[in-house]
Amino acid sequence: MRFIAGECGWPPAGAGAPLEGRGASAAPGITPVPGVSGPGGAVAGAGAAVQGLCGVSADIVNADKMSGRSRKYKIIFSPQKFYACEMVLEEEGVFGDVTCDEWSFYLLPLDEDIISMELPEFFRDYFLEGDHRWINPVARALQLLNSLYGPFGKSYGIGRCAKMSYELWRDLEEESDTEGQGRKPEIGHVFLMDRDTDYVTALCSQVVYEGLVDDTFRIKCGSVDFGPDVTSSDKSIKVLLNSQDKVFSQIRNEHFSSVFGFLSQKSRNLQAQYDRRRGMDIKQMKDFVSQELKGLKQEHRLLSLHIGACESIMKKKTKQDFQETIKAEHSLLEGFDIRESTSFIEEHIDRQVSPVESLRLMCLLSITENGLVPKDYRSLKTQYLQSYGPEHLLTFHNLKRIGLLTEQAAGETLTAVESKVSKLVTDRAAGKITDAFNSLARKSNFRAISKKLGLIPRLDGEYDLKMPRDMAYVFGGAYVPLSCKIIEQVLERRGWQGLEEVVRLLNGNEFCVSDSAVEDNPAWECQRVILAVFLGGCTFSEIAALRFLGKERGCKFIFLTTAITNSARMMEAMIEAKA
Amino acid sequence: MTRVRADEEEYWHSSKFRAFTFDDEDDELSQLKESKRAVNSLRDIVDDDDDDLERVSWSGEPVGSISWSIKETASGSTSSLDGRDSSLQKGSSSYAALPKQASSYSLSSLFKGRNKLSSFQSLSDALSDTGVKNYAPELRRPKAEYKDYSGDWSPKDTVRRMQRGKVCSLERFRSLQDKLVLLDEAVAGHDGNVITAVLIFLKRTLRREILFRELEVRQVALCHLIHFLRETGEQKFLLDLLRFLDRTEEVALSQYREHLNIQDVEKRREFLKGCIGLPFSAEDTSHIQDHYTLLERQIIIEANDRHLEMAGQSELFRKYPRKASILNMPLVTTLFYSCFYHYTEAEGMFSSPTNLKKTFKIPDKQYVLTALAARAKLRAWGDVDALLTTKNWLGYTKKKAPIGFHRVVEILQRNNAPVQVLQEYVRLVEDVETRLNLATKYKCHDVVIETYRDLKDRIQLTAYKCKVERGSAEEEKIHSILSNVQIRWKN
Repeated sequence: MRFIAGECGWPPAGAGAPLEGRGASAAPGITPVPGVSGPGGAVAGAGAAVQGLCGVSADIVNADKMSGRSRKYKIIFSPQKFYACEMVLEEEGVFGDVTCDEWSFYLLPLDEDIISMELPEFFRDYFLEGDHRWINPVARALQLLNSLYGPFGKSYGIGRCAKMSYELWRDLEEESDTEGQGRKPEIGHVFLMDRDTDYVTALCSQVVYEGLVDDTFRIKCGSVDFGPDVTSSDKSIKVLLNSQDKVFSQIRNEHFSSVFGFLSQKSRNLQAQYDRRRGMDIKQMKDFVSQELKGLKQEHRLLSLHIGACESIMKKKTKQDFQETIKAEHSLLEGFDIRESTSFIEEHIDRQVSPVESLRLMCLLSITENGLVPKDYRSLKTQYLQSYGPEHLLTFHNLKRIGLLTEQAAGETLTAVESKVSKLVTDRAAGKITDAFNSLARKSNFRAISKKLGLIPRLDGEYDLKMPRDMAYVFGGAYVPLSCKIIEQVLERRGWQGLEEVVRLLNGNEFCVSDSAVEDNPAWECQRVILAVFLGGCTFSEIAALRFLGKERGCKFIFLTTAITNSARMMEAMIEAKA
Repeated sequence: MTRVRADEEEYWHSSKFRAFTFDDEDDELSQLKESKRAVNSLRDIVDDDDDDLERVSWSGEPVGSISWSIKETASGSTSSLDGRDSSLQKGSSSYAALPKQASSYSLSSLFKGRNKLSSFQSLSDALSDTGVKNYAPELRRPKAEYKDYSGDWSPKDTVRRMQRGKVCSLERFRSLQDKLVLLDEAVAGHDGNVITAVLIFLKRTLRREILFRELEVRQVALCHLIHFLRETGEQKFLLDLLRFLDRTEEVALSQYREHLNIQDVEKRREFLKGCIGLPFSAEDTSHIQDHYTLLERQIIIEANDRHLEMAGQSELFRKYPRKASILNMPLVTTLFYSCFYHYTEAEGMFSSPTNLKKTFKIPDKQYVLTALAARAKLRAWGDVDALLTTKNWLGYTKKKAPIGFHRVVEILQRNNAPVQVLQEYVRLVEDVETRLNLATKYKCHDVVIETYRDLKDRIQLTAYKCKVERGSAEEEKIHSILSNVQIRWKN
């Protein structure tokens, strides 16, 4: 028996599984070592590398066949096998040689309050390609949570994908036995949101500690590799970042500026505790060593790691003109000095600072301004291609399709296509087409939404980042994350009433459904628990903001996301050029 | 169990009945819908076992020619399948907690206890029943038109079953109408996997033009097909589709994308040459043209320089060996390279910076920035000076930097320029505060002192005394300024 492996190790849920284009070379887990025979190999799962994994698997099998080796092969798909994969296997003539299994692995708890589906490909597949293949897994994840924690009292959502996921989930529920229905609910509300409802927040530089660590070092499945520059030794350390880490859990949600103070206070305390051992008698010393020392040592280790991480972050960010970048971002969010920000971005491109960063800033400019002025679009694009390579023409095309980087006239061309097509078909179908266009490239209307929801706090005096007064603290007091603000508003109003204008600007597709059996039991503890579902990924900044909101309002947010994301991951998902 | 049997009997009867009565396709569909509920309730209990039934085809169709099987096809044995299911469920406690799965499993396993027998029994019952039909040959249709009863799901149920990962044959959806209803149901079901499966079936069983025509008004399905074709690399089909849809720009981009897979530079260059004629927008056509020209140049430069480097006669290449080939690098990188190795070459040479600047219409700002970085790296301060100097028509020279002098300073500083060089440019930074900051940071004392003097800031100037060396010329300068009675200090 031979196993053909996708991603190896934990977590296996197709984490970072390669998809088309990224191909086989990007699949570190595929280890077709020739000559490895006999039992063994790894447990495997790959989201659905249609051409990648299946194609490669077929190649392996065929190569074996050619050389006269007869083996058994097994592919384990997680969370789901796709028909397209089978087609590839069939076409390659290995269908019978390979047996396929499914591992319905949907949920990976990253922490007490974060569940990830580890489907980073969701973002590109749905929002760029318009492929609905991951909606079923989302619906099944909801079904699973529903069966574990009882029915949800009230479901809210916004976005086309949110709506479809909800519908498919309800569909699945109706079919299933009603055993779970009698359960006492533990989750009062569920809120589903499409990532394209709010691209702005995901595109901003993160400044809460956990977000910064993610932006700087990349947190993967809840753990991070701290390199030699952090550990101040010659080796890297893999660190699990969650609430078990006593130091991390206290700083993860803090604005970076307050982290230093906290860490130095903490080290002073630690020193003091160590110092107590002076003047102890034997008995006390024994107690100290047996009871406290281990904890202190552990804390010491963690402290020095996080201090090292902070230093490394500072060093990197200073080099990258972080201060200036943040300033430019804030003016984009506020809509001031657009000219100046544009030339900042231009210079960023000219200096070849970073292809991903340049792209991110351009997208932020486009999204906040509802598209670039054609003249700016052309010149920035030309300069980008000159600085980072002409093949990025493909990247720009992707960004235009998904609506992250557009020309201001683009809206008109879209309408032209729509009207042309709708002349050919009936109204019903035309409606579908308009919908489809909307889903792919919708207008952002950020400025108007921002005004309506008050996303830019008016400052009287300095914003005290140590004592945050609203969710804006996660962006240095400059901006309340839109996604979180929507959730706050809807929960407060227990629906979308009064938000009609905002909904219109967000291109609709909102819903609010209550389960009559569960609702209207305000006394129940579950009313305080909200499941926030992010389709297409959520950032640590958003998590921090909602944790803050939860603390303020005396409720608890649980996060279910298709993956943890940040601006770089989003941009990289759009980049077409070679790695 | 007996209830199940009874239902089953009822079902056979109804299905048999229908075969006689309803000639009209639509009526049959509506009848199907009516009996659907009964069928559904049965199916939920019978679960997987009808998969086996389906393979025993009695309608004369080839068995399982293409039956979408999500279950383990190769193993084929039901018992091993069960074993796996249960072990998977046990292995992960959270899934065992799923009431639906647990219950359906137990029920179906009950059924499976004598599944082979029972299904054969019912099958033979059904077969012997069909004998009845022979008495009314005039009512019979050709055998192939009979629908396999066990696969006789409505489009909606077919989609539903496929969503649940169950076996479903699509072969019987033969009329275009049926196929499209199936596709629309799949789209309405929100499951991309099923949509793609149906599309694969349609793609196999419909002529391209017809498929394309229908997809044009079904955008969601269209997206799925395009994505599928991209993933499986069916480029020709994809291009046909895009052409049919008049998406000329995407046609061009899809073709252009192929160049990424061509490793050989000569072949890549040839390919890019072919791309120039593709139906891009005017703007993009010029980008493609540039891409081709750039690679063409790089090939020439690379050949020359490799030769130069090998010969070992150029001091520059000896002193600063090339770290990588220039092939396939961005334009700006190429410009940097050319400013580094070929700065003084005449414009006629392909490798000269001025030639690159002209050919690709590189903006002044970008050019200066790049040239500056390259010359500073070589510590050719004279070139830096010349680069930033302009002459007006009267012959006066003036320093000008399209990128702002604070950037100039930053670039020079990063390349460890000496203070004398640095301070010349710090002095030119327009914004006073930035100038002071930079001057202080990089210890350009003269600039700091002069700026304070110009600001008439005696206090700051006095305070700065401690920053300069004792007995140095700078200290002397501060003293002389402070003692200058002509200056009207503001403090």
